[in-house]
Amino acid sequence: MIPLNVRIGFFLALRALRRASLWTTSLIIFVMVLTFLNLVVISGILVGLLQGAVDAVRTEYTSDVIVSTLSDKSYIENSQNVIALAEELPGVEALTSRYREASRLEAGYQTRKESDKPNIANALIIGIDPQKEDEVTGISKDLIEGEFLVAGDYDKIVLGNYLLKQYMIIDTPGLATLEDVGIGSKIRIHVGDVIREVTVKGILKSKVDEIALRAFMVDSQFRSLIGRNDGNVDEIAIKVKSGVDPVQVRDALKLRGVGSVARVQTFEDAQPQAFKDIINTFSMLGTMFSSIGLVVASVTIFIVIFVNALTRRKFIGILKGIGINGNAIEISYIFQSIFYAVIGSVVGLALVYGFLVPYFLAHPIDFPFSDGILVAPLGQTFFRVGLLIVATVVAGYIPAWMIIRKNTLDSILGRN
Amino acid sequence: MIETKQLVKTFKNGDIFTSVLKGIDFRVGEGEWIAIMGRSGAGKSTFLYQISLLDDPTSGEVDIDGHDTHMMSAHEKMHFRLSKFGFVFQDYALLPELTALENVALPLLMQGLSKASAYAKSTEALTSAELGHRVGNLPSQLSGGEQQRVSIVRAVAHEPKILFADEPTANLDNESSKRIMEIFRELHKRGQTIIMVTHEEQYAKMTERIIHLDDGRIISETKN
Repeated sequence: MIPLNVRIGFFLALRALRRASLWTTSLIIFVMVLTFLNLVVISGILVGLLQGAVDAVRTEYTSDVIVSTLSDKSYIENSQNVIALAEELPGVEALTSRYREASRLEAGYQTRKESDKPNIANALIIGIDPQKEDEVTGISKDLIEGEFLVAGDYDKIVLGNYLLKQYMIIDTPGLATLEDVGIGSKIRIHVGDVIREVTVKGILKSKVDEIALRAFMVDSQFRSLIGRNDGNVDEIAIKVKSGVDPVQVRDALKLRGVGSVARVQTFEDAQPQAFKDIINTFSMLGTMFSSIGLVVASVTIFIVIFVNALTRRKFIGILKGIGINGNAIEISYIFQSIFYAVIGSVVGLALVYGFLVPYFLAHPIDFPFSDGILVAPLGQTFFRVGLLIVATVVAGYIPAWMIIRKNTLDSILGRN
Repeated sequence: MIETKQLVKTFKNGDIFTSVLKGIDFRVGEGEWIAIMGRSGAGKSTFLYQISLLDDPTSGEVDIDGHDTHMMSAHEKMHFRLSKFGFVFQDYALLPELTALENVALPLLMQGLSKASAYAKSTEALTSAELGHRVGNLPSQLSGGEQQRVSIVRAVAHEPKILFADEPTANLDNESSKRIMEIFRELHKRGQTIIMVTHEEQYAKMTERIIHLDDGRIISETKN
């Protein structure tokens, strides 16, 4: 059975809301929607900046699980066994293995005079199976010029955008880039004492350093360049099947002893600590902004209810005069506050999940280091809706309580 | 039914104390209809507020139905007002966002009646006051006379022991005022106790007894 005061409170609130000015109600709800967006979107964008970068690294480089060389080894020993083991795991959809070697790229050597500054850039050169790599990371979608590698490409190379001066957004001291290099340009690769001339076939544009600062060539050509014929690779990126937790695949590989010959990490494990710290910091900043938003919402509702209760003080006095319990009147204001918060949140939820999240997914914010998206996990969002409602109820109750506790007759007569 | 002993009400404004009621002894029995008259500032309304428990006296006693109201908590007074009193105010005091029907039904709902019973009883009461066609109207859609009639219906729908009316005709034209007074006469015939503040002699003469106040004291009593 619903208590009498609650029923009367609801009765009064329903009628007050139904017969309130449409403009006033709309304005209050509009403020609540803005507050909700402030709570969810500001922090969501801040986290989304980093999440965009995390997603990009996962998609384009590490995939779901990355197997890499131990710090004291120059490659993954028994790589072919590791690959075979990984391919046998039921949760694995595809994998790609990579060779990696530090190199120096040189351009413009054909016309360079002895006194000219050399046109060079340092890069990690990566040997890949183009088809498998594209299957796992889809990096061919990052091509902005030329074409991606195919299995038969002999002296062809694809360059990351940060290796080229024309694509470097900020002039970074200490980071040399190649000048006047485009599709069809001949460049030299220096790996140790070996020098090979190759032709630029394509240019990849990515905000992931592991793509943007690397040069890619077909693995068979790479092996002949560095003279490695044992089949041992430096990285294996593994894509898991939809619905499979990468942790399961990581643990399965470790269980089979892969951990003794290589470092096995999920995409989350592979994130640098600094990156994780930044995520935490942004998350904290988001929470801080959200808290300020919450205080603003509370103050707004406080003012709205206070002004409402103040202008209706005479009627509150009459209600008390004819014997309506003060608690019922307070509850009516609480119901009104809940109404504003709930409707504001519902409209906000519809805006966030019906428009903003899909919009930012389709049109990410173009930041130098990531494509920012809006991150709004449902659990967190509903937690914030709960916070907003609680804050609103408190902010609605206090002014109602302040007015209701005033002397009944003074309220009826408008005396102070 | 109501008895006051040496009722005093003093207002304080800064360092200035103003005595509005200066020791009133008064008694009203069940079923009586009394008018309280006096010039402006005589203390009529203040007296009504004390005996209807809307305000607390500075000193003195108000006994209602054998209850010493001085000992009552605010909550008990509120409950007393809800169950035993009905109020008619000069400016009707209807709640603007409630229809005529809802205004009348509210005290009944607060008394614990179901919505269906409260609405049925309120509709019947409004119909008997010739307001059956106005049940769904908001106060702003009613004339002054109609609003005051709704206010009276609200005041008596829950069958209070005492009906308090503070200048119920002050804002009405002659026609509406007469109609309101006829309603009071009918209520009185049915045994309703009514205590009414008025400054209009012609309506005061319709009551059984007129109490004259001046300078915070009862100066005379007239039986009609």
